[in-house]
Amino acid sequence: MSVLVVLEAGHRMAGEALTAGRQFAAALGVPLTAATIPADLTYTADGFTAAYEAHARATNPALVVFAHTYQTRDWAPKLATRFRKVLISDVIAARVDSGSPVFVRQLFQGKLNSDVRATGDGPHFVSVQAGAFPPVEAEAPETISLTPAVEPRQNPEKPFRESTRAVDLTAAPVIVSVGRGIKDEGNIPVVQKLADALGAELAASRPICDAGWLPMERQVGSSGQTVTPKLYLAVGISGAIQHLVGMKGSKTIVAINQDPNAPIFEVADYGIVGDLFEVVPALVEAVQRAKS
Amino acid sequence: MKIIVAIKQVPQRDSSLRPAASGLWVDEANLGYEINEPDAYALEEALQLREKHGGEVIVVCAGPERAQQSIREALAKGADRGIHVETDAVLDTLQTATMLADALRDETADLILTGLQSDDLGYGQTGVVLAELLDFPSSTIIMQVEIDVDTLRVRRELEDGWFQNIEMPLPAVLTIQSGLNKLRYATLMGIKKAKSKEIRVVQPAAPAASTAVIEKVYAPQKSKQAQIFTGDAKTAATQLVEKLKFEARVL
Repeated sequence: MSVLVVLEAGHRMAGEALTAGRQFAAALGVPLTAATIPADLTYTADGFTAAYEAHARATNPALVVFAHTYQTRDWAPKLATRFRKVLISDVIAARVDSGSPVFVRQLFQGKLNSDVRATGDGPHFVSVQAGAFPPVEAEAPETISLTPAVEPRQNPEKPFRESTRAVDLTAAPVIVSVGRGIKDEGNIPVVQKLADALGAELAASRPICDAGWLPMERQVGSSGQTVTPKLYLAVGISGAIQHLVGMKGSKTIVAINQDPNAPIFEVADYGIVGDLFEVVPALVEAVQRAKS
Repeated sequence: MKIIVAIKQVPQRDSSLRPAASGLWVDEANLGYEINEPDAYALEEALQLREKHGGEVIVVCAGPERAQQSIREALAKGADRGIHVETDAVLDTLQTATMLADALRDETADLILTGLQSDDLGYGQTGVVLAELLDFPSSTIIMQVEIDVDTLRVRRELEDGWFQNIEMPLPAVLTIQSGLNKLRYATLMGIKKAKSKEIRVVQPAAPAASTAVIEKVYAPQKSKQAQIFTGDAKTAATQLVEKLKFEARVL
């Protein structure tokens, strides 16, 4: 019995998965092993699932740990299903209680937490959330090769980037970012005025760009840009993890939201709970007064 | 072309959520419900594919009786018929996918679409598990779907602004990313027509015991205390700007 950490070749979160694996192994009192499929082998969901299934059947780990990356989301649930298990995904903490592991994961985009117990015999499968565990340098893991007998049904082409970004949010010292709370495309000028008053770049959470209210290149979050300005104002953004990972390194964070329980207040230094359509115009005036 | 869309009914986005007295889920009294947003994008993609290639769009939803409202809403937007897998339990993803697979096995679907994750549990895997149970190939976080006879070409979103095109044979399962299309509203005519469309109710077999048991649902502990400014907007804004100028020194 062991804890097996699956390291995604070349991914920045590999070291975070390793830290989580070490903690889980120590708590369970079992040794840690780590494995990777080298980056020069082409990723497919079918190919990776078959290779790790063979490895897991041969080594019979108590727990298999992944970083919750896009690639993990593409194949790890298949692997777990082959062992008739759920991938307990996106966990932020863990403990061992009465001999079995209990994982903490968020519900409702971070509004609530849940304790999830992995019951029955292993292997159990778990992926850890970005930023939940501090990264360590990965030691040389065991290298796993693909199973030659398995022909993947997916035929992937070379990854590509759509176009060079016209807007580089990473260079902006001040960012005003807008979320669903803005309600309608016609209300965008409300936050644009605040950005103008502060000399800030205007950015947005994913749903605003999905709706086409602002271009995709102004998106902050896991599928957009990662920013660390000296001042980040989140206006009408509830703070789903996909957004938080893109901005929580900002020096000073201000949140304006109607919901006092919105997860954005967890990462904020300053906050105003209220209607953004009243607060933002008042803030524009206050900023103009302070700057004059 | 037979396209199945698996949707989930979830509490409305702005719902005020509290743990239930049992501590095992949220208090469902007074909650309103809606179609899980990524699933709404999956439905829209299915409707657009039908417009291009012809065929049938079938919407499937596992949930209690109220799930029929969401199925009816999908029918009003243009789905041809519905399958309601009736269950009152809060299920894990393997249990849900098993029920969906059982209900869909005889449908001989060409393509199954669903959202990349649910807004409630957020496990982000029901589609992939469904594919595994049906032995269909799958691909996830899809931004574009093209079909050429029996081959599927999809654009998968990778991290940090990267994408990848992938080909695979049909039948297949795709999990759809929000924002790949523009959602339509149900028309009055659509709502009227939906009333006479078929919803097949399936009573699923009792699921195998969960190996990922929710023991407790609770409000997250506040780790970092934000300074919150209260009072009227003007006062709060003035106080905030003062702090930004003299304490944080960022203005």
